[in-house]
Amino acid sequence: MTRNPQLDQHGVLRHLLSIDGLPRETLLNILDTARPFVSVAEREVKKVPVLRGKSVFNLFFENSTRTRTTFEIAAKRLSADVINLNIDASSASKGESLLDTISNLSAMDADMFVVRHAQSGAPFLIASHVREGISVINAGDGRHQHPTQALLDMYTIRHYKQSFTGLTVTIVGDVLHSRVARSQIHALSTLGVPEIRVVGPKTLVPDSFAQLGVRVFNRMEDALVGVDVVSMLRLQNERMDGGLLPSAQEYYKSYGLTAERLALARPDAIVLHPGPMNRGVEIESSVADGSQSVILPQVTFGIAVRMAVMSILAVR
Amino acid sequence: MSAAIVRAKPVVIRGGTVVDPVDDREYAADIALEDGLISAIGTVPDRFRSARTIDARGLLIAPGLVDLAARLREPGYEYKATLESELAAAVAGGVTSLACPPDTDPPLDEPGLVEMLKYRAQTLALSRVYPVGALTQALAGERITEMAELNEAGCIAFSHADHPVTDTRVLLRTMLYAASFDFPVWLRPQDPHLARGGVAHGGEVATRLGLSAIPVCAETIAIDTLVTLARVTGARVHLCRLSTAEGVAQVRAARAGGLAITCDVAIHHVHLCDRDIGYFDAQSHLVPPLRSVRDRDALRAALADGTIDAVCSDHTPVDDDAKQLPFAQSEPGATGLELLLPLTLKWATEMSLSRARALSRITCAPARILGVPAGRLTLGAPADLCLFDPIEDWVVSPQTLVSQGKNTPFAGLPMVGRVRHTIVGGEAVFSRGAGWSIPTT
Repeated sequence: MTRNPQLDQHGVLRHLLSIDGLPRETLLNILDTARPFVSVAEREVKKVPVLRGKSVFNLFFENSTRTRTTFEIAAKRLSADVINLNIDASSASKGESLLDTISNLSAMDADMFVVRHAQSGAPFLIASHVREGISVINAGDGRHQHPTQALLDMYTIRHYKQSFTGLTVTIVGDVLHSRVARSQIHALSTLGVPEIRVVGPKTLVPDSFAQLGVRVFNRMEDALVGVDVVSMLRLQNERMDGGLLPSAQEYYKSYGLTAERLALARPDAIVLHPGPMNRGVEIESSVADGSQSVILPQVTFGIAVRMAVMSILAVR
Repeated sequence: MSAAIVRAKPVVIRGGTVVDPVDDREYAADIALEDGLISAIGTVPDRFRSARTIDARGLLIAPGLVDLAARLREPGYEYKATLESELAAAVAGGVTSLACPPDTDPPLDEPGLVEMLKYRAQTLALSRVYPVGALTQALAGERITEMAELNEAGCIAFSHADHPVTDTRVLLRTMLYAASFDFPVWLRPQDPHLARGGVAHGGEVATRLGLSAIPVCAETIAIDTLVTLARVTGARVHLCRLSTAEGVAQVRAARAGGLAITCDVAIHHVHLCDRDIGYFDAQSHLVPPLRSVRDRDALRAALADGTIDAVCSDHTPVDDDAKQLPFAQSEPGATGLELLLPLTLKWATEMSLSRARALSRITCAPARILGVPAGRLTLGAPADLCLFDPIEDWVVSPQTLVSQGKNTPFAGLPMVGRVRHTIVGGEAVFSRGAGWSIPTT
């Protein structure tokens, strides 16, 4: 197998494409770098000059407001020039190939591409074709990875739990189609979480996930007992059309995170969600807004973590 | 066979070692070729007047290779490859007979198309081309083709290539119809519903990479169906491109139950597995998907013990534009005609098999499935030969491949064993390097 394309020959991060294959030190370095950036948001002038004069291109081949906005804020707080391109509506529909689009944008003196694409692996293809000096950040590719989301989740978990060793973490929902879950699983195991559980019906949580080193559960109650962290996944509307799940109602009945079910977890357990939430489908409002929810701090930390990733890639 | 081949001038091959895949032996022998046939093996009388002498010292003389699946891309996909480019690749790889699947554009569902293909191939006078006709019109899986007409035009079997036959009743009826004339039916076992949208083996790699899976049961359920239909219809069924350990076991069980069924595997699946996808390498996007190490090892063993009759190149030239896409969107397939011999030799070495035995899987065994008098070195047999240097090493690269398709997961890797001369119907149609001499008499 070829060398991990996101690391250079010295093991230094060149692109952020996947959590899979990144060493523990790299992940911790990102989390440590993010810490001072959290306080940047509390200043009157919310800017640092780390990326001054650099151009960050947000290349979103798939629609996203939330993730694109947080990357945009992160880049602007680092003083970068940000160019947002919604490619779905431009070149792709005119028949231009993905690599032609990338070549053209590379020629515009970009320094960094933040890429979201509906196809698993697309950022790897892009990273293998950009000119030397351009870094690619995966902002979500198909079902494969969403590394910055997992990193901000790790930041959040460390913030509330101090360390990773000794934790039990349960990921709930559509694991099969989730890039967030895949990134989380790799991040949690790399950082030393001893027990990672995934739970959902077999149509969304296939047994094959055990091969990634997690415990597979199909009953929500069993999966929640004694856990420190509950990470909810968003259920896409297209999963509820009867092909994989009979209905949103039945899903909520079996797998919705209610206050009653959350009581099975440890009393100090925290609840994460990458957003946007489907209240009443995957999570009860009282839990989403309750004292154990850390969903809004996740968003705040998300900007700091993305600043950290961009600054590490910019100064390599 | 074209007139040009029949009138081939006498050739003598001196100093080589014959590899006989039928009797599993190697022996030193000279060979004479006359009128497109093998006229002497052993000692060739000095008075034999040949137009040409081939110096075969240091070379192995094998029957020309027989490939059960090579896409030539004509008609319809000339931007990917042409008959000229791919038949040149075939002879460069020592392949003297090949079957081409019907998934051209339009598909090989009309006698006129088949006749044109045969005619064009004969004009080029390189490898012998045996078209496989479409089982249903337009490969749409609905209406039976004119099989008798297609057979008369040159189709040696009928298949659906990689297109799904979703309606089992259509499958039953096409097999019944084919059985009426004892036409072989070649089918790749894959349940179309279970495979829909899938691009990789349902295992750890697809789970990790977030690629849509084709589960093992997509193959096993299809084999169950085809085995049952073979029994019910009496059709002569050949299973194409087995990919799973379970599939191999099913074939073994069906045979033990008395069913005369044959099968093949693609050479890539003998060497590679899903881990070779690495970081979304589209060159490893193949059909059927590369499966687990366990599956690969089962295929290797089954090919050695004869459960799998033959190995084919499953040659599929794909242009760069169609490969340089995200994995799932890239066009599956790999070039293979020129890698069939070295990769078969590599398998033989790794499995500690004799070369002759290994070569039977790409000569006499596939020839038997094709039903053509090829793949053996006997007196009076067609003079289709492959002379190769068993120790010459070379590196797979766009420069070393003749095929227009440069798409292969083996790019950059070293191969051992290289074709030096290919002879079809007594005519040397390919030579690499020195070795020719003019007769002194």
